Amino acid sequence: MTQTLTEAAAGESLRRSRVRWGERTIEGGLLLAALVSVATTVGIVIALFVPAIALFEFVPFTDFITGTEWAPLFEPPSYGVVPLVTATLLISLMAMLIATPIGLASAMYLSEYARPRARKTLKPILEVLAGIPTVVFGFFALEFVTPILRNVLPFGGDLPEIFNALSAALVMGIMIVPTVASLAEDAMSAVPNALRQGAHALGATKRQVTINVVFPAALSGIVAALVLGISRAVGETMIVAIAAGNRPNLSWNPLEGMQTMTGYIAQAGSGDVPVGTVDYDTIFAVGALLFLATLVMNLVSIRLVRRYRQVY
Amino acid sequence: MALLAPPTNDTEIAARLSAGARERPLDRVFRYALLASLLIALAFILILLAFVLVKGWDRLDARLWQLQPSARFAEKSGAQSAILGTLWVMAGTAALAMPLGIAAAIYLEEYGNAKSRLFTIIEVNVQNLAAVPSIIYGILGLGLIARALGLGFTVATASITLALLILPVVIIASREAIRSVPQEIRFGSLALGATRWQTTWRQVLPAAIPGMATGSILALSRAIGEAAPLLLLGAVSFIRFNPDSFLSDYTTLPIQIYNWIRDPREEFQVLGAATIVVLLVLLLAMNSVAILIRNRFQKRW
Repeated sequence: MTQTLTEAAAGESLRRSRVRWGERTIEGGLLLAALVSVATTVGIVIALFVPAIALFEFVPFTDFITGTEWAPLFEPPSYGVVPLVTATLLISLMAMLIATPIGLASAMYLSEYARPRARKTLKPILEVLAGIPTVVFGFFALEFVTPILRNVLPFGGDLPEIFNALSAALVMGIMIVPTVASLAEDAMSAVPNALRQGAHALGATKRQVTINVVFPAALSGIVAALVLGISRAVGETMIVAIAAGNRPNLSWNPLEGMQTMTGYIAQAGSGDVPVGTVDYDTIFAVGALLFLATLVMNLVSIRLVRRYRQVY
Repeated sequence: MALLAPPTNDTEIAARLSAGARERPLDRVFRYALLASLLIALAFILILLAFVLVKGWDRLDARLWQLQPSARFAEKSGAQSAILGTLWVMAGTAALAMPLGIAAAIYLEEYGNAKSRLFTIIEVNVQNLAAVPSIIYGILGLGLIARALGLGFTVATASITLALLILPVVIIASREAIRSVPQEIRFGSLALGATRWQTTWRQVLPAAIPGMATGSILALSRAIGEAAPLLLLGAVSFIRFNPDSFLSDYTTLPIQIYNWIRDPREEFQVLGAATIVVLLVLLLAMNSVAILIRNRFQKRW
């Protein structure tokens, strides 16, 4: 589109028009505004990696990345990030176990089944879900879901702790549904109708068309939606800070409390760690790890979306 | 049966074709399963809202905005400093993010060459930033804005950080609004001798403003609900006074809520729930304005 405009502008006059300095200045100003986003990324990288590298002068990088005990405030301190990473993985994967079926099913319904009017009322509901502040979700996990898990569900002697990973993951799963659903729905809606009509003409039912034609055709967009969902789960802070507890815990038992990477950053950054110490640098090191993990996922997701946009 | 108007689109043709056919049992189960998934999300929202409202009901009174927070007595505690802090931070964030985001969107849609390397870098960069965890922005604010720039833990630091956080969302929404203005408008303006900026300023922008306003308000409401980055920017400390400039200490509603619900005492949980209602009402009001603008002013081409 921009291209056609450039061509149109090029042909607008036969004489070479004089240079308009006002126009040039404005264009420069607009470019600067666009470059603010690039500067933000550069700023994030500097803010994260300079202190993180400072930390690795005190703590060998291999100890950091493979150590299984995270206790920067203990004496002697221990800087193994593995418990934070496993907690992040456990909670994110459990959240995705909820968000994947619900998100994809919602997307299929909206894209393939809902009449335009139903769609018009159902879609905003998902948007409302996306607009609820995460601190509210955290409150709901701690005060509503956790008591149900502890008092109503039959766990026998193995009662969930007050702060537990399961409750945070359940609520986080619902929180991610709109992210997954809206991207997946975009991908499915982008599948050309000719494919659907061809399958219908061969006698396929709506269910068969949805599962065997639309789903595979939209697969790259659906994978992009899931990857972005995981990225959001990994980066989510408030729900885990409120409901999952602040105890670094190398465990795969979702009934126990545990601390994620984001949970540690939130706890340490809100004043528990004195400024200018090695411990303070740990915030940035954990942040750098978190940033790299989400960066990889985001780039994968962006690439996949670009691919299906090119195909259709 | 009354005469049907001719079908106007593919969906309608498909609907009419399948209307006569009998739905197979498995197909029906599948359809209901999909619908049920969608309804789970709806049920979740209803339960959440009902729970918060019931829990906070007894403390939903004028004390919430008349009193300052107290760590000792829940009954003498309010959220005035947090409400005003949220308004201050929101004003700063809007003042920064909206002009910057709209200018960047204009560059990307009207000026940039989509095939150039710089354009791709900016575009992918914006998409990535939109998905960077919010707490990372908190680290950016802590390391560069609060410390390196020396702004400290003030309203200004919070505003700048949140503005950078929502900038990608504002850019993406504004680009969509600009893209929905038809090319013919631009060609017409250029053909009459207007320069590119005159075309943008007098034709494209007025037509795109409703869409940009809606997108910006929605982005802003995301910033208002955001707590994670502000945890790192000093908002957690107990603030019993209202901010009076961009260089004041501050707290905001989500942070005040976080402080209260971390307190195990039941009366502070109730207070937290009541404050959540205030926050949700504020968000609801902003979203309604956004939807109103979209419905009232958006042009259909």
